[in-house]
Amino acid sequence: MGSSATSAGLPSRLATRLARVSKPNLVFALAVAALIVFASVATDTFLTERNLTSVSRQIVTNGFLSLGMLLVILTGGIDLSVGAVVAFAGLLAAGLQVYVPWPVAVLVALAMGLLVGAVNGVLVARFKLQPFIATLATMGSLRGLLYMYSETPQYPEDPLFRSLLGGGFIGPLPVPTLLFLIALPIVWFYLSHTVSGRAVYAIGVNPEAVRLAGISVRRHVTAAYIASGFLAALAGVLLASRVGVAQPSVGVGYELDAIAAVVIGGGILGGGGGTVIGVLGGVLALAAVDNVLNLFNVESYYQQFLKGMIILVAVLARRKKT
Amino acid sequence: METLAVAAIGKSYDGNVALHDVSFQVTKGTILAICGENGAGKSTLMKILSGATAPDQGEIRIDGSPIRLADPYDAIARGIHIVHQELSLLPHLSIAENMLLGKTPHRSPRWLIDWAETNRIAASVLLDLGFDHIDVRLRVAELSVSVQQIVEIAKALVGQPRVLILDEPTAVLSLHETKLLFRTVRRLAAAGTMVIYISHRLEEVFQIAHRVLVLKDGVRVIESDIGALDNDGLIRAMVGRPLAAIYPKRQGSIGDPVLECRGLTLTGTFNDIGFDIRSGEIVGMFGLVGSGRTDVAKALFGATPADSGEIRIHGRAVPIASPRDAMRHGIALVTEDRKRDGLALDLSVIENGGLASMGNVSRLGVLDRARQARLVGRKLDELGVRPKGGTRPARQLSGGNQQKVVLAKWLLVDGARIFIFDEPTRGVDIATKVEIYRMMAELAAAGIGILLVSSELPEVMGMSDRLLVVRAGRLVAELPRTGFSMEAIFAHAAGVAGGPTDG
Repeated sequence: MGSSATSAGLPSRLATRLARVSKPNLVFALAVAALIVFASVATDTFLTERNLTSVSRQIVTNGFLSLGMLLVILTGGIDLSVGAVVAFAGLLAAGLQVYVPWPVAVLVALAMGLLVGAVNGVLVARFKLQPFIATLATMGSLRGLLYMYSETPQYPEDPLFRSLLGGGFIGPLPVPTLLFLIALPIVWFYLSHTVSGRAVYAIGVNPEAVRLAGISVRRHVTAAYIASGFLAALAGVLLASRVGVAQPSVGVGYELDAIAAVVIGGGILGGGGGTVIGVLGGVLALAAVDNVLNLFNVESYYQQFLKGMIILVAVLARRKKT
Repeated sequence: METLAVAAIGKSYDGNVALHDVSFQVTKGTILAICGENGAGKSTLMKILSGATAPDQGEIRIDGSPIRLADPYDAIARGIHIVHQELSLLPHLSIAENMLLGKTPHRSPRWLIDWAETNRIAASVLLDLGFDHIDVRLRVAELSVSVQQIVEIAKALVGQPRVLILDEPTAVLSLHETKLLFRTVRRLAAAGTMVIYISHRLEEVFQIAHRVLVLKDGVRVIESDIGALDNDGLIRAMVGRPLAAIYPKRQGSIGDPVLECRGLTLTGTFNDIGFDIRSGEIVGMFGLVGSGRTDVAKALFGATPADSGEIRIHGRAVPIASPRDAMRHGIALVTEDRKRDGLALDLSVIENGGLASMGNVSRLGVLDRARQARLVGRKLDELGVRPKGGTRPARQLSGGNQQKVVLAKWLLVDGARIFIFDEPTRGVDIATKVEIYRMMAELAAAGIGILLVSSELPEVMGMSDRLLVVRAGRLVAELPRTGFSMEAIFAHAAGVAGGPTDG
């Protein structure tokens, strides 16, 4: 049975793939494309290398946060602590350079992200706290903690920290963009082709069925929060390295942008839906809107309003008919 | 209201005919049973009668004049109340508040709820039902499933229904509770209520119904007085073919013990449980609701491990603290509640079928999804899962086919030597039942040891080589096949004084 399935040619497989793309996703992708075309034609700045490079860098922060958020949301959870992790990671990576070489400072910052993720994971998976509450608590404590560490901005000592990471290029690509482009297929592969990734999807739908299938729900949920914490820390380090200063106040509200990107991309709060491609679409859409409005010198509260509308439209369009 | 008639009703979903030209009539004071396999159209009919969905053709008539039910409130306003199989209670509200939801009595000022009156009404309805010991101020979340079902029924009675529709109401009830329910249903009918009763349990249909309507593939097969039919005739009408033997012939021989447990105890739930399962043997475990039978099954599988006691697999004592441990030792559990424990309904059939065996089709954690789809697909074909096609979400399958997917999930686990079936045929149609029984017999013939936990007496009597009876968390009897008799088993399970002594 089914031997013909493997011999189907690439074009027909592509056609069936496309046929499976839901209508809202298609419309959404077209809308983003139209916006980009419009911006290219209407401004002479959008398509410049300078602008695109800067957009690609800006995407990275929300990109990493959204990937982590996707993993957590797929398990049926949410991670509100990522914005605080971004700020703390930046402070550590920049501030510790007074005492240790910058790579060590970066490692400490990343380790902090792993630790916060582990705490979130244990609170949710082991102690069965509601993810919203647990990560709300870690978000608050972490914000307090990072101000205890430093109330003032931290400037990195070592120029290499800037020129190699945030300001570095490999070929035409900025290093942060490159790292994000590497992370995308890794997370995609994890979610669609590993035992653990499929378990994550299933956990969001019915954790008890997964547990009774002999799969450790606790371990997978914890791992998702750890990944989210790590990616947030990475985003924080890259952000500090790109702008050349780590502000303790940075990252407020970033968790909401990440949630927005996941939801715009078809993710379902509570678990059961969401893809890497969708998240990428969500991140790009939010960034494109920001950038285009900036180029037209539209005030930032219009941007906020418009972003809110986009979230609403995306969710309304995907509403299941009952 | 004297009659409720359904006239030439038809309904299709996406071109699939769910009901075609179905007509029947209920008159004041009669109890009509509706029988049919899963997919016969019963639930569609219920949805139409309760106003949840509108028919494509035909109409509903009350006393001869056609009515339109725009939504469930419309149906309730006309006195048509339905008790759904799935419970719809709000767990954090009290029993009384659940029962009077939307019609709580008030004092003046009007927005102030009269709690004393609310509780009094709720208690009096429950008293009428025969449950005077239930405290209506308790939160529903604190109740057992069977008491929740009682509350659900009582909730429908608060509205003093003129038409009462009961969908599988006894699935979770104990014998005693069922008896009380039947008494109330008969009394309501005698007082003029029309009752529509849906059940898979044919014995119940013969006990309670005056008339019976059989649906098959969306079409009316027969509608007649219950006296005009016998058990075989009813089954034949439902399935469309005679079922010479529901329970399969057994082959193979019984070997050495594969699982032994001794002194298994979970404080407050079950106590000092000890028995063996041999290879090739089907051991039945019968008990009423709340007897602890499911808890024992869950303990053997590590889902809710016991506090103390010993489990031996192939003669070796092993600790079983989680489902992973159990699976490592070759134990599989086909769970009772497939919606809650067995399936991730929004995932595809393939993913559900392959959930427990992902390790077999992966290397270094990387899943070979094409191979998984092939293996699971083949197993689903073997079991005859309909409709074919593994990419649809499990939600879209009928109950019987969902259960086959759960079964496939465990059959795909390599090295499973012990199968625990917990109510494997609950809510599935007869044809699927027969197939599940056949699978169990095949497993046993292949040397697998089977524990069949069930509250359906005909099932455990038909399938088991040996029968364990549990009552109040204790193993009260172990009967050889030659000692099976309905009366004896019931006496043990219910702890009836004067029954046969434990043996």
